Amino acid sequence: MTWLKLSFQNSNSPLMEQLIFFHDHTIFIIIMIMSTITYMMLFIMNNKFINIKISENQMIEFIWTTTPPIILIFIAMPSLHLLYLMDEIKCPILTIKIFGHQWFWSYEYSDFSNIEFESYMMNDLNKENFRLIEVDNKTIIPFKFNIRLLISSDDVIHSWTIPSLAIKIDAIPGRMNQINLFMNRPGMYFGQCSEICGINHSFMPIQIESINLNKFIYWIKNF
Amino acid sequence: MVLEVDGVKLETAPWDPRFPNTNQTKYCYQSFLDYQRCKKIRGEEFDACQYYKRVSKSICPNAWIDKWNTQIEENRFPGNI
Ligand SMILES: [Cu+2]
Repeated sequence: MTWLKLSFQNSNSPLMEQLIFFHDHTIFIIIMIMSTITYMMLFIMNNKFINIKISENQMIEFIWTTTPPIILIFIAMPSLHLLYLMDEIKCPILTIKIFGHQWFWSYEYSDFSNIEFESYMMNDLNKENFRLIEVDNKTIIPFKFNIRLLISSDDVIHSWTIPSLAIKIDAIPGRMNQINLFMNRPGMYFGQCSEICGINHSFMPIQIESINLNKFIYWIKNF
Repeated sequence: MVLEVDGVKLETAPWDPRFPNTNQTKYCYQSFLDYQRCKKIRGEEFDACQYYKRVSKSICPNAWIDKWNTQIEENRFPGNI
């Protein structure tokens, strides 16, 4: 085991970078509060002092009611900022439609040609593949471009997730959910269905292959 | 944003201020309906109709378009064309 598994995956999108910063910022505040409170509790428990001015002390009442909301503002402001940034769609060059099924994902690229494929989990055990996370038809997406994803489902609710890109969006039957995707660099990015959808919920992984635009065009032409 | 690489034109449905939310279901249905209405009045070859056709093709699931087309053929499409 490595320490990597206890933390976030490396980010591959500006949004995920910001989310990691936000996480660290919040954890920092939590640790400060926790250590202050622990210190105060231990201090109070380990001495015999009595504070005769504790009741009707307006000043301390004022301080300990106003500081928590101020601390909360420092958490809420960046949180809301990121929340609304995640909803934004930014001049997409491509729309990819993604459908959840029991128990695989299917993809449609219909801006230029009609590309449709299904991606099932690879089930053969060998040393070349990652177990339970690789698929037979990878989703090819160019990096450094804004892409619109439209997620829907054909049966029950699923959830399309790529942790390193800060994307998690429910696939709801009869509804198209939109989210923006932007990748910083090439590589393989993985995710799994994140809404309990039946017996094979754990066996419908998502695999994205991020490649440059020219290679992507080549893939489209030769599909 | 339109990008042309190796003869493939990368162009998709633009952001539509009528549908600013995550839910884009109505964007799909509305552009499909607009295409059918446009086709009825100006004919399929008309330029503006092609725009609606492209948008509905980009946004709507292929299965929905197929379903609606059969409904139109069998004269039981619920929309007002
Ligand atoms: Cu699922």
